[in-house]
Amino acid sequence: MAQAQAQPKYMTFGEGGMTAAFVVLAFVSIVIAAKAYTPEYAFHAYLFAAGSAAAAFAIVNRYFERGDAAIPLMIEGKPNYNMGPVKFATLAAVVWGIAGFAVGLWIALELAFPAFNLDLSFISFGRLRPLHTSAVIFAFGGNVLIATSFYVVQRTCRARLVGELAPWFVVLGYNFFIVIAGTGYLLGITQSKEYAEPEWYADLWLTIVWVVYLLVYLGTIMRRTEPHIYVANWFYLAFILTIAVLHLGNNAAVPVSVFSPKSYIVWSGVQDAMVQWWYGHNAVGFFLTAGFLGIMYYFIPKRAERPIYSYRLSIIHFWALIFLYIWAGPHHLHYTALPDWTQTLGMTFSVMLWMPSWGGMINGLMTLSGAWDKLRTDPVLRMMVLSVAFYGMSTFEGPVMSVKAVNSLSHYTNWTIGHVHSGALGWVGFISFGAIYCLVPWLWNRPLYSLRLVGWHFWIATIGIVVYITSMWVAGILQGLMWRAYTNLGFLEYSFIETVQAMHPFYVIRAIGGALFLAGALIMVFNLWRTIYPREQLAPAVSLAPAE
Amino acid sequence: MSTATSLWQKHWILERNSILLLLGILIVIAIGGLVEVVPLFYLRSTIETAPGMRPYTPLELAGRNIYVREGCYLCHSQMIRPLRDEVERYGHYSLAAESEYDHPFQWGSERTGPDLARVGGKYSDDWHRDHLHNPRSVVPDSIMPAYPWLFSTDLDFSHIAQHMRVQALLGVPYSDDMIANAAADVRTQASADADAAALAKRYPKAQARDFDGNPDRVTEADALIAYLQMLGTLVDFKLYNDKANIR
Repeated sequence: MAQAQAQPKYMTFGEGGMTAAFVVLAFVSIVIAAKAYTPEYAFHAYLFAAGSAAAAFAIVNRYFERGDAAIPLMIEGKPNYNMGPVKFATLAAVVWGIAGFAVGLWIALELAFPAFNLDLSFISFGRLRPLHTSAVIFAFGGNVLIATSFYVVQRTCRARLVGELAPWFVVLGYNFFIVIAGTGYLLGITQSKEYAEPEWYADLWLTIVWVVYLLVYLGTIMRRTEPHIYVANWFYLAFILTIAVLHLGNNAAVPVSVFSPKSYIVWSGVQDAMVQWWYGHNAVGFFLTAGFLGIMYYFIPKRAERPIYSYRLSIIHFWALIFLYIWAGPHHLHYTALPDWTQTLGMTFSVMLWMPSWGGMINGLMTLSGAWDKLRTDPVLRMMVLSVAFYGMSTFEGPVMSVKAVNSLSHYTNWTIGHVHSGALGWVGFISFGAIYCLVPWLWNRPLYSLRLVGWHFWIATIGIVVYITSMWVAGILQGLMWRAYTNLGFLEYSFIETVQAMHPFYVIRAIGGALFLAGALIMVFNLWRTIYPREQLAPAVSLAPAE
Repeated sequence: MSTATSLWQKHWILERNSILLLLGILIVIAIGGLVEVVPLFYLRSTIETAPGMRPYTPLELAGRNIYVREGCYLCHSQMIRPLRDEVERYGHYSLAAESEYDHPFQWGSERTGPDLARVGGKYSDDWHRDHLHNPRSVVPDSIMPAYPWLFSTDLDFSHIAQHMRVQALLGVPYSDDMIANAAADVRTQASADADAAALAKRYPKAQARDFDGNPDRVTEADALIAYLQMLGTLVDFKLYNDKANIR
C-alpha cells in the first residue's frame, strides 16, 4: 500500500484527451449515420463510430495494462526505440501491396477482356482504377514511407519517437483513412480528381493524421542526440510537409451537407486543372520520389556498409530537386486551355529536373564504390541498386515526354501508363521491397528466411516490369501515331475504334507483365512469413554421414 | 577555396536546426506553385467567357455527378487540343470558358476511349441507351464496361437545390429562381410531354425529353444521357472571337 501511495498512477493528458476526443467522434458519427443522405455514407459514418469506439477502448485498456512509470527514453545509455508502429506499418505495406498489385492485374484484364467487369457497378473499371492507384501509392507506398521514416528518424537521431499514443495514431489513423478511401471508391464515393479521389470527410481525417505525423517526426528530430540532421531526414521532412500543403490546396472543397458524402471543389475549369496537376505531379515528386529518396539515402549505405558517395552532392540534390519539382505540373496540360506560358514554364522546369534527378541517382549508385562485389552475393542490395537505375531511366524519360513536341504524341496514350509504371514498379516498388527485406529481419531480430527466394523475386519481378513497360511503350506510340495518321487523300486514316482494337495484344502482354510482378511479390510474402514465423527448429536429423 | 568551404559550412546551420530546415523547405516549395497558379485567377485568357455558356441544368448537373461517380474521366478526356487531327476528329478545340463552371474539371489524362468534349448531339438517345446497356451491341470491339444499373436506379435529386446553392457559393451563377425550381426542372427536362418553356428560359438550349426510354421514371440514365447530349453544344462559335484573348 505504501508503495502505491508513493507512486500514484494518473492518466496522462494525452490519454485522457484522446479518449474524450474519440468518444465525441463516435457519438457525432452515429448522429451523422442516422441522418445520412445515402446508405453508402451511413456505412462510412458507422465505420468511423466503430473505429473511434475501438480507439477509445484501446487507450483506456492500455492505461490499465501499463506500468505506473513513464516509458524510459534511454535504457543503460542506449535509446529505447519504439518499433511497434514501425512493425505494424511494415506488415500493412505488404498486405496492401498484394491487394494493390492484384487489383492492378484485374483492371489490366478488364481492358484486355471487358467481360471481367462482370456488369457489376462496384468492380467496373472506373471504380477499380482509383482503388488500384490509391492502394499501391497511398496504401503500399504510404505505409512503407511511414514505417521507414519512423525507423530511420529514430536510428539517425538516436532518440525514441515522440509520444506514446501519437505514433500509433499516425499508423492506425492512416490505415483507417485507406479503408475509408478504398471502400468509398467501390461504392461510388469519389471526387474524380486523379490521385485525390477521397471525398471531403476522408480528406479532413487525413489532414488530422498528417499533422500529427509531421509533429511526431519533427519532435523526434528535435529530441535527437546527434548534432546533425541526417540527409535521409531532410527528404522525409520535405515529403511530409509538401504533401500537407498539396493536400490542402488541391482538396479545398465545400460539402453539400455534413450529411452528404458529396462535395464540390472550390476551384473550377482551368484553375482546377492547374491546381490538380500542381498536386498530381508533386504527389509523384514528393510522395513517390522525395520520400523514397529518404529510403535510398539510409538503406543503401546501410546495406552496402559504405558511406554516402558525396555529401555535397546530396545537398545540391536535395534543394534543387524540391525547388524544381514544384514547377513541373503543367506538363500534364500541354496544348490544353492552360495558357502557353504556363505550359512552357512546366516544360522548361521538367527538363531541368533531369539534372538533380540524375545527381541523386549518381549519389545512390556511387555509394557502392568499393562494394560492387556485394551485388553478386546480396540480392536485396541488387534490388535496391536496380531500383535506382530504374529511377534514372524514368527521370530521363519524364523530361523527354514533357517536351511539347513529344507530348503532342504521347499525351492521352498508354506511353504515359508505361512511364508511370517504370517509375512505380521499378523505382518505388523495388526500393520498397529492398527496404522491407532489410526491415523485417532487423525489427524481428531474425535472419531472413531465404536469400535465394529474394533472387527469384528479383528476377521474376524484373522480367515482369520489362514486359510491362515495353508493351506500353509500343502500344502508346502506336496509338499516338494511329490517331494522327492521314491517307494520301488527306483524310484521317483510322477510326477511333480501330486504335482500340490495335491495343488488344499489348493489353494482354501488359497483364502478363503485371502477373509476373504480383507473383514476385507473393514470393516475398512467403519469405517474410517464414522469417517472422520460422518452422520449429527441428533437431538436425541423425545425418547419414558420408562414407569416408 | 575558403569562400566555398564557408558556403558549405553555412548549410550546417540548417542541418542543426530543424525549424530553420522546415522553413527553408516551405519557402523553396512555395515559389513555383505561386508563380504558376495565382495569375490564372486574373489573366484574361483564363477567365474569359464565351457566348452561350450557362450553368448546367439540375438534370445535367445530376448527370455530371454520375459521370464523376463512375470515374468516366479515367478513360475519356474532355479537352480537344488545337492539333489538326483532333480538331478534325472531335471538333473545335476546347476553350477555357467551356469548363468555367466545372467543379471539378474533367479534362482527363487518358484516351482509352474517345474524347467526349463535344459528344453532345453526335449520337441519338437510342444509341446512348444501347451503348450504356451493352457497349458491344453498337460497337462490337468496344472495351467499355456496361452500365445496366443506371437504368434500374431512380435518380436521387431530393437535395439537388442544395447542390446548386453550394455551387452558387463557389461562383456558378445559379439564380434564386433556378434554385427554387430545381426539382421541378429535373422532372420537366426528363419528360417528353411537359411544358419546357420556363426551363428553356432559365437554361437556353436545354433539351427536354425522355432520355432513357422509360417515361414512368427519372433514372440515373436520364441524367447521364442528358449530360452527354449537351456536352460541347453551348458555345456559339459563329459569335466567338478567338483573337480577343489569345492564350
